[in-house]
Amino acid sequence: MDVGLLGQFVVNGMMLGMMYALVAVGFTLFFGVLDVIKFSHGDVLMVGTFAGFSTYLGMTAIGIDNAFIQLVGVLVIAVGSMAILGAIIARYLVLPLKSAPPLNTLLVTLMLGTVLREAIRLFYPDGSNPKHFPSLLPTESWSLGSFTLRADSVILLIGGLLVIIGVNVLINRTRLGLAIRAVAQDEETAKCMGINFKMIVLLTFALGSGVAAFAGVMNGLYYNEINFGMGLLLGVIGFSAAIVGGLGNIYGAILGGFLFAGLQTLGAVALPFASAYKDVFAFAVVIAIIAWRPTGLIAEKTSERV
Amino acid sequence: MKFLSKSAVSAIAFSMALTAGAHFADAKDKVKVAFIGPLTGGVSAVGVGGRNSAELAVQLRNADPNAKYEYELVAMDSECKPNVGVQVATKIAADRSIIGLVGHYCSAVAMGAVDIYHKFNLPMSVWGAVLPDVTYGNDYKEIHRVNGTMINQNDVAAKFMTEQGYKTWVIIHDTTDYGKGHDKYFSEYLTQNGGEILADFGVPADQQDFTAELTKAKQLNPDVIYFGGLTPLGVRIRAQMEKLGITAQFQGVSGIKSDSFIDGVGADLSEGVVSFLEGAPVDKLPGGQYFTEKYKAAGFAESEEAYGPFAFAAMNLILDGIEEVGPNRKKLTKYLGDIHGYESIVGEISFDDHGQNTVAAITKYVVQDGKWVVWEDSEYATGKRKLAGK
Repeated sequence: MDVGLLGQFVVNGMMLGMMYALVAVGFTLFFGVLDVIKFSHGDVLMVGTFAGFSTYLGMTAIGIDNAFIQLVGVLVIAVGSMAILGAIIARYLVLPLKSAPPLNTLLVTLMLGTVLREAIRLFYPDGSNPKHFPSLLPTESWSLGSFTLRADSVILLIGGLLVIIGVNVLINRTRLGLAIRAVAQDEETAKCMGINFKMIVLLTFALGSGVAAFAGVMNGLYYNEINFGMGLLLGVIGFSAAIVGGLGNIYGAILGGFLFAGLQTLGAVALPFASAYKDVFAFAVVIAIIAWRPTGLIAEKTSERV
Repeated sequence: MKFLSKSAVSAIAFSMALTAGAHFADAKDKVKVAFIGPLTGGVSAVGVGGRNSAELAVQLRNADPNAKYEYELVAMDSECKPNVGVQVATKIAADRSIIGLVGHYCSAVAMGAVDIYHKFNLPMSVWGAVLPDVTYGNDYKEIHRVNGTMINQNDVAAKFMTEQGYKTWVIIHDTTDYGKGHDKYFSEYLTQNGGEILADFGVPADQQDFTAELTKAKQLNPDVIYFGGLTPLGVRIRAQMEKLGITAQFQGVSGIKSDSFIDGVGADLSEGVVSFLEGAPVDKLPGGQYFTEKYKAAGFAESEEAYGPFAFAAMNLILDGIEEVGPNRKKLTKYLGDIHGYESIVGEISFDDHGQNTVAAITKYVVQDGKWVVWEDSEYATGKRKLAGK
């Protein structure tokens, strides 16, 4: 295999890994503060992407055709509206079930995911068909032998990296992050210290959902195609990535995301039999890793069974 | 019954009997016929187009004063999922008031459902599924198909593409019966015609990311990328080819010949994509003009899509049969078995021993300026525009 081709596979894998990592970060944040699994996460991502897509259509309709302004609009609306949706889900579905068994939260959010998915399919105009997501980024590309690097891929990778760094700084360097970490560590003590528990939970859900919406728009810009089912597999993979990396740990989620993408790419490239089994391969390896390290690769100091 | 007093119940029953009686006095006998197709999900555009067309056949028949019966259409959604499809198939087959069925766009669903129709003696005609085994994989007298199969389709496709001067192919197909069937027959005919297959990838039908497969394909540098599968995957593969800078010609199958493919990919990227479809375009069909006019007049919100005329023809055939032999499943099966040289809007229909329509033309299509155009009418055929790599 020549170097150019290898480089192409690495870039493909990194793109995938970045998206998985962004989704996994959400799972890990929610689990961190409330010890809940929010299974509607992938579908929130999908709704965010459709919100962004609608924004684009709206802006085109009123005559704004500058790609940069459109991109900013799409991102602001997608991320903003999903942050609000995330907070609403936390306020009205997750928090009321706080003292119920975690299984209930899991089920409720799983069902919410189906509701969101079907709602887009049924009520979005022609929602059951794949939609053409516009290219809002420069599409120049550089070719070097069998290696093609596109400007939009590079921008997306950098954008994703910035978001991850941003979340990391927010969690580890700011007062809000301190409060989130305090709540994650010990809810009662955090409350005693004067932290507004409810507000922190809502903000955390808003943050995670906003990041998911960003990942969704990124997905749309990268593949130029969106559909109502796109969140389903992304949600499952993001969740697996968060688990395998160590649920509750941001670095674990990032590691898990890239690991999963790496496995998928490896499965498609290196296995002798056809790529039909690449997901089987990736999930099988993830199962093996979870069996080997049940608390994930980078474990939280205290952990519990989910 | 807790909430209703006895007298209220009898009053309701009485009034119902009255209305029913009044109804029967001046109406024809009611006969139910059914339609199954994917009305929701990724390929629902085609399914809804088929349902509308079947509905149109029923509406036109009901408007015909010479019709002996009044028909009612029961349309059900298979979601293009075999497990759901088998449930609705059972529901329809078990309902003895339903006499005939026009069913199935998705081959994987049809394969699961044909056994049920046989068990319940329900005569049916397929309107869209193209997997040969739907008719050729069994000896069931109940199963018929008005459209051609992927055998004819890939025969024509392989000949046509090699004639254009293409030599090497990479095949991507989904791993459903539909995708695997296309893979099998296209590979067979392509090798016969001297084409070479450099690689063959099977992918799950819900895959999002194809960059790994396409990067591998890029390394092999084929003349053509052949995709055997349905629109959603076709859209993703075509869009991602562009991302990786693959300039090979993109060749699809009947499964992507829908307007939603062009909507999904955008007019630029879909330009020059070729596809093959059983039958002929609606305006080239013997009864095409009639069908289009009636379809427009009926005011359906959705387009009839590629297979609408077939659903219409199949439903018409079944209605003709019921008119002829009466609402009886076994008699209708026998009627359908004897169909030879039947004139329909999609051309002549003649069923062979397996209930397969043997007179099935294949039409070649190419996308030109955001529209599927019949090859012979396109600027590609005249040489004004060129396919990729030519």
